[in-house]
Amino acid sequence: MNNSIRVNCTKKNLKTIRDFVTEYLHALSLTDILLNQIVLAVDEICANLIIHANHEDPSKYIVLRIMQERENTLKFEISDEGVAFERANYKEPDIQENIRLGKKGGVGIALVNRIMDKVEFRSNGTQNTCLLYKKIK
Amino acid sequence: MKITHEIKENTIIMTLDGELDASSSVLLDEELSDPEIMEYSKILVDCKNLHYISSAGLGVFISHLQRFEDAQIKLIFYNMQDKVRNVFEILGLDLLMTIVSDYEEARSIANE
Repeated sequence: MNNSIRVNCTKKNLKTIRDFVTEYLHALSLTDILLNQIVLAVDEICANLIIHANHEDPSKYIVLRIMQERENTLKFEISDEGVAFERANYKEPDIQENIRLGKKGGVGIALVNRIMDKVEFRSNGTQNTCLLYKKIK
Repeated sequence: MKITHEIKENTIIMTLDGELDASSSVLLDEELSDPEIMEYSKILVDCKNLHYISSAGLGVFISHLQRFEDAQIKLIFYNMQDKVRNVFEILGLDLLMTIVSDYEEARSIANE
């Protein structure tokens, strides 16, 4: 089965990515809630890469690759060549404060961190890679 | 994403149909930013056909919540699918927003 997809940086492609992940995971018979959580985590990373790292530039691309490790772990590798995410500058959001300030953004990575078992960001200067790991059994 | 409205006296019933992601949530933001919405005292959001929500969709609701609260406008979600409710729960938003099971319960809470 095809395990990778390459799309250009437009927000419309988020749906394409979600459909690809859903299709790939279909064979694993996950619960509706777990399947949705995994699709959501991948969508959040891709949305950040498309919007923030690559400024919705349609001439830029992101690549998603899905792998299975040790039977029970899914690994998602998402690469781009935009502005690297700096984890050191990341702060967990205070949702009540966001509500008070009427703040729209900033809760996506919190969702990813809570859903996935391990989240890594790597950069070699040109290419950035985000790795997401999720145990499914 | 398709958003439709039904007006019943001081209540606006908003039906969400489709997926709320970083692309489609712009439409929801425009709807909730419409000054006319402030003329109603209750906003009931029917989520029966809301199949997906990402942080961008949640962010739109988060960003309008205080404004509605200050204007004493009640925002109530109902008919939410389990997988969508689960996303609210991951961030604890189910404790900060009103999510009920069905239209009857939404009406009764709105009228309290």
